[in-house]
Parts: sequence; structure tokens; C-alpha cells
Amino acid sequence: MGYNIIDGVKYTKKHEWARQEGNEAVVGLSDYAQDKLGEIVFVELPDVGTEVEAGKGSAVIESVKAVADLYAPADGTITEVNEALLDQPEVINSDPYGEGWVYKMELKDESQMDELMDKPAYEKFVVEEDEK
Amino acid sequence: MSEAKKTPFYEKHVALEGKIVDYSGWFLPVQYSRGLVEEVHDTRKRATIFDVSHMGEVSVEGKDAETFLQKILVNDISRLKDNAIMYSPVCYPDGGVVDDILIYRISGDNFFLVVNAANTDKDYAWFQENVFGDVKLQNLSPEYAQVALQGPNSEAILQQLTDTPLGEMKNYHFLPSVNVAGVDCIVSRTGYTGEDGFEVYCKNDGASKLWDAVWEAGQKYELNPAGLGSRDVLRLEASMPLYGHELSKELTPLQARLDRFVALDKEVEFNGQAALKKQKADGMDRMLYGLEMLERGVPREGYPVKSGGQEIGWVSSGSFSPTLDKFIAMAFLDPEFADQAEEVELMIRTRSYRAKITKLPFYRRKK
Repeated sequence: MGYNIIDGVKYTKKHEWARQEGNEAVVGLSDYAQDKLGEIVFVELPDVGTEVEAGKGSAVIESVKAVADLYAPADGTITEVNEALLDQPEVINSDPYGEGWVYKMELKDESQMDELMDKPAYEKFVVEEDEK
Repeated sequence: MSEAKKTPFYEKHVALEGKIVDYSGWFLPVQYSRGLVEEVHDTRKRATIFDVSHMGEVSVEGKDAETFLQKILVNDISRLKDNAIMYSPVCYPDGGVVDDILIYRISGDNFFLVVNAANTDKDYAWFQENVFGDVKLQNLSPEYAQVALQGPNSEAILQQLTDTPLGEMKNYHFLPSVNVAGVDCIVSRTGYTGEDGFEVYCKNDGASKLWDAVWEAGQKYELNPAGLGSRDVLRLEASMPLYGHELSKELTPLQARLDRFVALDKEVEFNGQAALKKQKADGMDRMLYGLEMLERGVPREGYPVKSGGQEIGWVSSGSFSPTLDKFIAMAFLDPEFADQAEEVELMIRTRSYRAKITKLPFYRRKK
């Protein structure tokens, strides 16, 4: 299966992407994740100011069939959420790396971003996931 | 648990890029490449083909077949004519449900039962436990494949493959031996989607030929494949019960509002009769209601429902409805509260969401 895996963002093993902008990161769901979930119909966003922890649930994404947690890619604090998703959650399906972004967070420790996968590493990871 | 089984159509699903899951011991597609929402629209507007080979089939033959069925079914089979089909719950003596099944009457001493996949072995054991007199039971499930062809274009598609005039076949009727593209099939005008359609049964060795023929015939009628995911949403929209959700060992057909399939005054005594009569007289503390979300949120099985902060029941099935573009659910609620309330609160994770009580079914096809 061909998934759109882009440059310029980092990926988690739970299929979130994070793009660093200064000491902040924009976070969303990878194309692989949205494809696996199917048609997304609901998003539960965190409140601005919420402290999130790397690998812990930070938002909820629901497709017709499934409920999925969006795990924080790093430790930090939510600074902005994509409220457009509340009315149009399907944008995550159509534009996962663009209009489908979920939230922005201030990074507590920027070096945590180095632990995430880059494009080649994630491409390899996704192939392995699909073979499971 | 042993490895899940493949239906005779497994290779077709793989070729069509179906997402295969293990569903009650069967490898079946949960959806295909068009996605669940499109599959729902495809079924309502055009036609879809489902592999439902996992369903169980049981043959009941003999002089006492009807009397035996009268004892285990809560519906009244004496009203059933040849080539007609009846839906009925099967109850335990306490009124709880063993399964809900279809009964095809081939003749007065020959019936064909269609049971839920996950319940096939349990049902068969139950039938054997209750059988008496001149009745021969046979579990035919391993021998049969089944496709459901559903949607308004179904008749036009299937008619290309048989000389039998399908237009004359009424809803909930069947023919036990129809030549469909050279394969001997049982064809019934039934389904689990709320649309017009057919369910076609054949022996495993004809299955591949049958699928290919239907697929080919369907091309000019925009036939698409559909999986278990859309099947579940379609039946929820049409408010048809699903065993394990709206019916179970702990839930009676009366609680699920299947009164018209419960012949309480049947002359023959049947399993569950006394308990169901008593329940009808005493009233119930949980009954089935329809819910429609007033706030965006996906109701799902098991979520608690509250009224004025007090818990009054639970969601038995819920989903986004592509046909209605709404979030809908069926829920078992305390009638004492639900009959008064227009709105209830549905608990999703840590928050409550407003929902209104609505009439069932959510969706009914225009005839």
C-alpha cells in the first residue's frame, strides 16, 4: 500500500507526526493512521494549557468503527488546538499533514524530538507494521 | 482459539483489497477500498454484495419438525406457508435469548434455519437438547456459502443470471432450488440492511462461480462489494437487532420490542412462554429506545445513559449514520424515565452529551 510519508516532520511509533517550529511542535495523525482508521467523524481536543506527556493520550480521534487515542509525541503544554476539526473532522482524512493538524504544543525538552523517526525510518516502520 | 476459517470467497476479498479481520472465527472483510461510508451509500442507492457465508444453516426434517419448531420458537410457525420465511427469536425457559433466526419452510416437514455465525454451535446443541419425536437435525453450515445482494439494483442484477422471474418473489419468500448462472441455489428475498435484496445460498463448490457471475452481472448496475462494517451500520439504521447487542441471554425479545415476533398466545407451549407472559404483565425495567445525538459525539456500545444525573441504561449499538448524517444509537433504558424524557445524557468517556429519544426505525426505505 502506498502511504504519503512526507519530509520535514518527525513520526512516532503510534503514527502521529510532529513538526517543530521553534520551541513548539505542530502535531497530527499520519496518512497511515488516517487510512487505518477510515472515515473520521469525531475529534475530542484537549484544552489549551493542558500539560501532555510523551506517549500518553492527548486527544481522541474517532472513525465510524473505531476510537483512537492521539498520543503526545513529547512532553509539553498545549498552546493551540485546531477547532475547525470539531465540525469537519474528515479533514484529517483528506489532508492529514496540512489542514488536518490537531494541536500545537510547547516543547518542554526539544531534544525529545530527536528520538522520533524521520521519513526513511518511518517508511521502514510502516512496512513492518503492515507485515504484522 | 483455533485459526479463523476462510469462506469460499476469501480470495475474492483479497483481490478486491478488502481489509480482512477475524469475525467470530471467520476471516471476513470489514470494509473494502471505497470505505464504510461509501459502502452504506452504495447499498442504499445502487447495490452491494456481501459475503455472509459465516452464517449457520440447520436443516430440520421429519413428521414432528413443525411441532418441534413450535416448541423452541417464540413466533408461531403454524402460520408459515411453503416458500415463505419467518423471523423468530429462540428463547431459554427464562425468556433470555439463545439466538434470533430465520425459518424457511420448504414443506410441512422440511425446514431450513439460518442462524447467527457466532451462535451456530450453541444453537445446534440447544436444538439437539430439545428435540423429540420424528425429527432429523443436520448442521449444514460447513457445506453452504452465502452471498447477500442488497440495494435497489439487486433484482436487475440477479435477474440476468436466472430464468426464474424474481419480480414475482415477495419479501420474506424464497425458492429452494434456483439455477443462478448454472449453480443450484436457494434464493430468498431477505437481507439485513433495510433495502430490497436477495440472499443466495449455494454449496461451497459452486461458490466461486456464483460470486463471479453476480460480480460480472453487477458491473453495469454499479455493484460494489461491502463488508461487515457497513453491514452493521446499515442494520442499525434500519434498527434491526443484533445478537449480543439487542438480544442476549440476559435480554428478552420483549425488552427489544420484538412483540410482533412473540406469539405469547400460541396454542402450543414454547420455551420462554410463561416467563415472557409474566414479563409482559409485570413490565420491564429496561426497554429498547432510539437515540439521536444533539451534540456531535459517537455513541458506542456500553456507554451509560443518564437522566438528571441518574443512570437509566446503556447503549447497545451506536454509530455515525451516513444515510441520515446523524449520530444514532439504540439503547436499553428504564421506561419510567425514558417515557417521560425527551432528552437524555449520554456519557462518552468523561463528558456527557445531549441526546434525544426518537422512534425506531431510524431509517425506512421508501417503497
